[in-house]
Amino acid sequence: MNPILLTPLDISIAASLIILDAALSILLKLRLHRQIAIAAARMVVQLVAIGYVLRFIFSLNNPAATLLLVLVMVLVAAREVATRPETRFKGQSTLAIGFVSVGFATFVTAVLALTTAIRPQPWFDPHYAIPLAGIILGNVLNSASLSLDSLLGSVKRERQAIEARLSLGGTYREAIAPLVRDAIRRGLLPIINQMSAAGIVTLPGIMTGQILAGLDPLEAVKYQILLMFLLSGGSGLSALAVSYLTAWRLTDERQRLRLDRLK
Amino acid sequence: MQPALTVKQLRSELAGPFELSLGRGTCVAITGASGSGKSLFLRMVADLDPNEGEVWLNEQARAAMAAPAWRKHVTYVAAESGWWAEIVIQHFSPNRREEIAALASSLGLGAELLDAPVAQLSTGEKQRLALVRALLPAPPVLLLDEPTGPLDEESVVRVEALLRQRMATGTSILLVTHDPKQAERLGDQRYRMAARRLEAP
Repeated sequence: MNPILLTPLDISIAASLIILDAALSILLKLRLHRQIAIAAARMVVQLVAIGYVLRFIFSLNNPAATLLLVLVMVLVAAREVATRPETRFKGQSTLAIGFVSVGFATFVTAVLALTTAIRPQPWFDPHYAIPLAGIILGNVLNSASLSLDSLLGSVKRERQAIEARLSLGGTYREAIAPLVRDAIRRGLLPIINQMSAAGIVTLPGIMTGQILAGLDPLEAVKYQILLMFLLSGGSGLSALAVSYLTAWRLTDERQRLRLDRLK
Repeated sequence: MQPALTVKQLRSELAGPFELSLGRGTCVAITGASGSGKSLFLRMVADLDPNEGEVWLNEQARAAMAAPAWRKHVTYVAAESGWWAEIVIQHFSPNRREEIAALASSLGLGAELLDAPVAQLSTGEKQRLALVRALLPAPPVLLLDEPTGPLDEESVVRVEALLRQRMATGTSILLVTHDPKQAERLGDQRYRMAARRLEAP
């Protein structure tokens, strides 16, 4: 089965829906038409650009180039993770923690999938490695960001409780453990929701895409199940890594709570 | 006699340097305006804030002890008490209920408070229960930050009586208070904190 290829005309017809949105905005005085136009234009430019980048990287078929692109993607994701929380570390610690957690979780899950389940030849074939890393990265970013935000916020709120435990001779590990647990739980909730809703409330994007591209629904479902497992693994690893690294950065060799390291 | 607690050249970016020696079973009382560095000083002795210099417990250097062990012996009680579980009793070792109730009652607190949610307690009740929590393991040195700040007169009398009783059995106390009369009543030595340095009153 060959995918049905889209022509420029097909896309232009769909673009008329954007015009409809803009017209609605003008008609109902929503004052969103400028934003709609800019967002639509940005989306087209960004996607076309990444299309060319991917085509170029695929044609190079060079592991170093693939790795470089994935690293750039991880760095952009880490920046997103680092800028979300209201409370942040002074200096570049937040970015470093985001980069290590997101990179570690994505790398482990992607390599596991590429070497065991999907098994392209060679395993780092950019046709598989890059899209897979991208999907995992999107989810991992979400988990890491939620966990980080939760932990930094609760540590600031619970300062007196944490220091009360430390003052009584408790270890930092004991004092911070409940907050770390909550942060990891917070990071895992979205993927649990996503798995519970999959197939009933939502038809996941990858599966839909593959069905549209002509793949048998059951084959597409198998892919989607594999992906969900990968995503939950990635979410768990990133929530874990980001929470433990943050907890570690918030203390020192004398088991103090170092809120002075936060902005 | 060897002092229970010796502070030598204790300093941080924010306060000090401090020199102090606290005799066994005695009380050093520190008064001073708010923001003068009284709490900072106690937190530095407890090693809760970064600091340099030496602190000794009898003949043992703080640097030679793990931080949690140090804080078990030299216990800081903050001016605003912290609670990490829902019910009061969950903050205590579970098999010492009778001792806890006895200590609480000496401070005028009924035993029913031990099973109450922390959120239902008044500031004064929390303050006294935090003191009970710190006194229970009988640490040799107590660092008390405004222990009677939010309390009524009767409770202040009870707290001071309990502290005197502990001093008589060898506990040494470093007390921060805004009340000069309390400093006179309890302090064997008195200091004033001004501009983040200790001076004679």
